[in-house]
Amino acid sequence: MSKSIPWWALWRLPLLALVLVASLGAAQFALAQADPDREAATAVPAVDADAWRQIKSGETGPNYRDSRFDSNYNLINASGETWRQIRDRWVSPFGVIAVVGMIVVIALFYLVFGRKKLDEPRTGRKLPRWSLMVRSLHWTVATLFILLALTGLNLAFGKAIFRPVFGDGAWAAMMSGTKLIHNYLGPLFGILLVILLVRLLADNIPRKHDLNWFAKGGGLIGKGHPDAGFANAGEKVWYWLLATAGIAVIISGLVMDFPNYGQGRDTMQWANIIHAVGAFGLTAVALGHIYIGTLGTEGSFEAMATGYVDETWAKEHHNLWYEQVKDQAIPGEQLEAASRSSTGDEPEPRSG
Amino acid sequence: MATMKFMCDAERCIECNGCVTACKNANEVEWGIQRRRVVTLNDGEPSEVSISVACMHCDDAPCIAVCPTETLFQRDDGIVLHDKDLCIGCGYCLYACPFGAPQFPKENAFGERGKMDKCTFCAGGPAETAEEEYQKYGANRIAEGKLPLCAEMCSTKALLAGDAQEVADIFRQRVVQRGHKDGGWSGNQRREQNRARTGQPDLSAADTLAYDATQQG
Repeated sequence: MSKSIPWWALWRLPLLALVLVASLGAAQFALAQADPDREAATAVPAVDADAWRQIKSGETGPNYRDSRFDSNYNLINASGETWRQIRDRWVSPFGVIAVVGMIVVIALFYLVFGRKKLDEPRTGRKLPRWSLMVRSLHWTVATLFILLALTGLNLAFGKAIFRPVFGDGAWAAMMSGTKLIHNYLGPLFGILLVILLVRLLADNIPRKHDLNWFAKGGGLIGKGHPDAGFANAGEKVWYWLLATAGIAVIISGLVMDFPNYGQGRDTMQWANIIHAVGAFGLTAVALGHIYIGTLGTEGSFEAMATGYVDETWAKEHHNLWYEQVKDQAIPGEQLEAASRSSTGDEPEPRSG
Repeated sequence: MATMKFMCDAERCIECNGCVTACKNANEVEWGIQRRRVVTLNDGEPSEVSISVACMHCDDAPCIAVCPTETLFQRDDGIVLHDKDLCIGCGYCLYACPFGAPQFPKENAFGERGKMDKCTFCAGGPAETAEEEYQKYGANRIAEGKLPLCAEMCSTKALLAGDAQEVADIFRQRVVQRGHKDGGWSGNQRREQNRARTGQPDLSAADTLAYDATQQG
């Protein structure tokens, strides 16, 4: 049984309260007298040079807390401004210079030198050059490349051109579509380009005679065509650009396209710079590739369109390859007859 | 014209996350989005310090500079807003922002980003009607003559919001009241001097941190 307190003993409670209040007041008074030095010594240590160093380095440490769910951020994203400056001051303007500059150079070249005609008349006999498989891959990859280049350029510069022209409503729809096309066709382009690169690898191994091709500027310097196998040195450069810069663009694109693998902002900043530099460069070189393959050289476009080239074209542009395959030449009429019959009910003949 | 700014007095922030909750409540933001966050450095150590962070409504905002669709724009009073009709979810603002303010709802497969969301300084955003504005951007307290709810509800008045000049005046007054060189947060000079002299941080007063509660102002 507990000892009960008699009711008359309760007078002690108000007294206790009074003493407590008085002592609190005294404490307050004493603390308010604390000198500035003591204050400084006990204040929350604010942010000292060490803390700023830590914040700037982006290092978070085991005792770093962020109240946001699933956050992998530090306090200050110090590299954000660096990324902005690299992108807006260097990559974007020089991207314009590269692409527009290439168009100007090609136009000037065409006006000055004109089309590269075949030196000899055509023989009318055809050599198989690109199989249906390679042509299908090439035109699919080419279409995707052009779509990706146009949407990419729109993402980079569209706001300066199309928003004032179209107005907000159409502009918003255009940009959403642009991003969807770019993000969804990008991975498809990547897969197909890798398949195409593997398929064409054997023809694009660098050889000794390629050096001579470069020395003669691909035939621009001096007279006559320099030696070339199935692929000339210029084509090999385009191949290896796609095999290096192209792959870098694909990988950096995937890094940005799938942000659900926990990659941080810094990774995506670098991916964006690599992607932009590579893509602007490839777009500029692709313009040269398109020019040479269509307007620039007589007889080149029909190779990728029909799969066959004229004997004369092969002899002049790819002499070493011509020497290997000249006995496979077929008369053009025979080829036409075969392609006519393929439009009927008969099964298409396997070409290449 | 006023220039609206946030400022968090790190000496006062007690990491209660009241601002985070107030923001969520005022703006009814989507699941998974948290416009304001509280960061604590050196948690549990004597040098522990907390700060509440959201969009700081920069004068020269990197997000505006890098946005490919001009989703982001700045009002005359300095508040940086976003137009959700234009956003394509590319994430560039997130790469550039110094404060981790832009966030994206994960709406689709493969982490494809939805439309960006960030602190609006409780100033809503472009919309046809008030209902649409509330649904897309949350409250427009500025239009009602009120300040952001996070700052209004801050229990220690660590988080200040308003015209930059007034916020600066309040903070300056606090620093003066604290009466010592380290009253601000621009570097702990005395500690630094001490550290430079002795070669190690001065932790002698770490046990009497409670004295800090007597600071006025």
